[in-house]
Amino acid sequence: MSQTVFAPWDDPTQKPLIQFKGVTKRFGDFTAIDNLSLDIFEQEFFALLGPSGCGKTTMMRMLAGFETPTSGTILLSGQDIAPVPPNKRAVNMMFQSYALFPHLSVWDNIAFGLRRGNSSKDEIAQRVEEMLRLTRLEKFSKRKPHQISGGQRQRVALARSLAKAPKLLLLDEPLGALDAKLRQDTQFELMDIQEKTGTTFVIVTHDQEEAMTVASRVAVMDEGRLIQVATPPEIYEAPATVYVADFIGDVNILEGKAHQAGDKVEIAWADGELPIRGTTARTFAPGQTCHFAIRPEKVTISTERPDSANVLRGKVIDIAYLGNLSTYHVRLGNGTMMKAQTANTRRLANRGITWEDDVWLSFTDTAGVLLEH
Amino acid sequence: MRRFSWFNATSLTLGFAFLYLPMIILVLYSFNASKLVTVWAGFSTRWYGELLQNEEFLDAAWVTLQVAVFSSTLATLLGTMAASVLVRSGRFFGRTLFSGMIYAPLVMPEVITGLSLLLLFIGIGLDRGVFTIVLAHTTFSMCYVSVVVSSRLSSFDRSLEEAALDLGCSPFEAFRLVTLPIIAPAVISGWLLAFTLSLDDLVIASFTTGPSATTLPIKIFSAVRLGVSPEINALSTIMIAIVTVGVITASLITKRAAVAQQRDEQAAIRSV
Repeated sequence: MSQTVFAPWDDPTQKPLIQFKGVTKRFGDFTAIDNLSLDIFEQEFFALLGPSGCGKTTMMRMLAGFETPTSGTILLSGQDIAPVPPNKRAVNMMFQSYALFPHLSVWDNIAFGLRRGNSSKDEIAQRVEEMLRLTRLEKFSKRKPHQISGGQRQRVALARSLAKAPKLLLLDEPLGALDAKLRQDTQFELMDIQEKTGTTFVIVTHDQEEAMTVASRVAVMDEGRLIQVATPPEIYEAPATVYVADFIGDVNILEGKAHQAGDKVEIAWADGELPIRGTTARTFAPGQTCHFAIRPEKVTISTERPDSANVLRGKVIDIAYLGNLSTYHVRLGNGTMMKAQTANTRRLANRGITWEDDVWLSFTDTAGVLLEH
Repeated sequence: MRRFSWFNATSLTLGFAFLYLPMIILVLYSFNASKLVTVWAGFSTRWYGELLQNEEFLDAAWVTLQVAVFSSTLATLLGTMAASVLVRSGRFFGRTLFSGMIYAPLVMPEVITGLSLLLLFIGIGLDRGVFTIVLAHTTFSMCYVSVVVSSRLSSFDRSLEEAALDLGCSPFEAFRLVTLPIIAPAVISGWLLAFTLSLDDLVIASFTTGPSATTLPIKIFSAVRLGVSPEINALSTIMIAIVTVGVITASLITKRAAVAQQRDEQAAIRSV
């Protein structure tokens, strides 16, 4: 049986669950969201990623109903949600601070939303038990929020927001308060729960690793605009701009003038250095300024001159040993710093290269990306 | 540790003597067996017994209690509403003016508050009695309630209310089911504060009362003009006790809530 790839955004027959249409939100003089359009599809795990103040939280609060757009419309299942107050929306939110009700037990916290509906007592009890099982909190149902750990509290918040089976679940920096290890476990747990319930998740985060791990698509935001919306591999391997390349992961960026022949481009980037050879699907005017972005793990470091499309000579200035990886900071002839990364596949491997060594850096002509700005 | 010094001990003694000596004397003489206030003739609870026989004083006590309960309840209601509007609704035109005006009665001379209320009641033709004292007491004690409640509300996590809205509460339900239970200690201590304020108010009550309603402070004040009697000492001792219990309870409730909150916060930080 072949697995069908989940990609409703490439299917023109799919109707999006959420549509932002030319949405602008201003707070006084400050424009938080600037004429933004975006489609999010059912069952997606969609991540809004950006530095603080980029407008991602404002977008989420508009979906929840705590803010209304200054102009433009937001559609949920084809309906304009602007006039619908938060308590009438089939949208639930998991708050950054969790916002658990301190005077209620875990059980009552989860049941809180259900009691506002027309469900019978038995139905509520059944649903709460189901949520407790899903989030593995059965043992803690009688406790108050201050009597459980941070990780458990996070799961209570998730259970409470999922209890009403919303069409859309919003997660505002849900893992911000957890330590690194617990965070990783919880990320996989979140993905698992999202798959089990089939709910559409929109997560706001400033942690690129988190966005890449959990999301089906990532939207990179800056100053109230969407810079790129794509799947995590696309965002990483084919960033649209220098901003995206720089925001996601580690990158070397070299600026130069492009000379294109077909899909091959030569970039004159420094006097006395050979031009960099790259491949692109875009068209650059002769002599146009361009940026060549290449990830450190795609740069090979060696002591012998290798046979490759691009070869650069330099000196090792610094080595960052990360256990599984080592990152070499290499100064090229003209002073430019470049990073090269190798996986430490063997114990004590690569001890051949050390500080102050003269080394060769090489990469193929398809390893990097050419960006206009 | 600071060393004991004669200077510190003296100033402490003088300060507390200044504050509490008059009250201690009053309490002591309320247990005096003699009818003469200035002559000590042994311990007795006789005046407390006689107090219970005195119809006038009992009537006045009943009026005072009614006024205190109604006015403090009304003041708590209004004060909490005012506090939640001022703390929550962010910036609106004239917000500073409004909050300043709410707190004005705290510093307004009572004589002026009393006089202006009297003029108002005469102006609208309201018969003066228990009802007008309730209104007057509500007027000046609601600002105390609003001070207490708004200080609690300003540290209240707004996202709790948003979470309640998000889970399907109407704004009123969110307040009733989430905000109110959490700020309840502040509301209760506001009520107790209003209650004790109303209990011992003389000036405003005497401006706004009519012949039908005499509160205890008014009764005591007019009785004292004919001479201090041991009965009044007994009555005053009871009032001191009630007020002390009220104030201590109010501050204990507030303090305990603060301690509990701090404990929860620390527990939260440790477990994260």
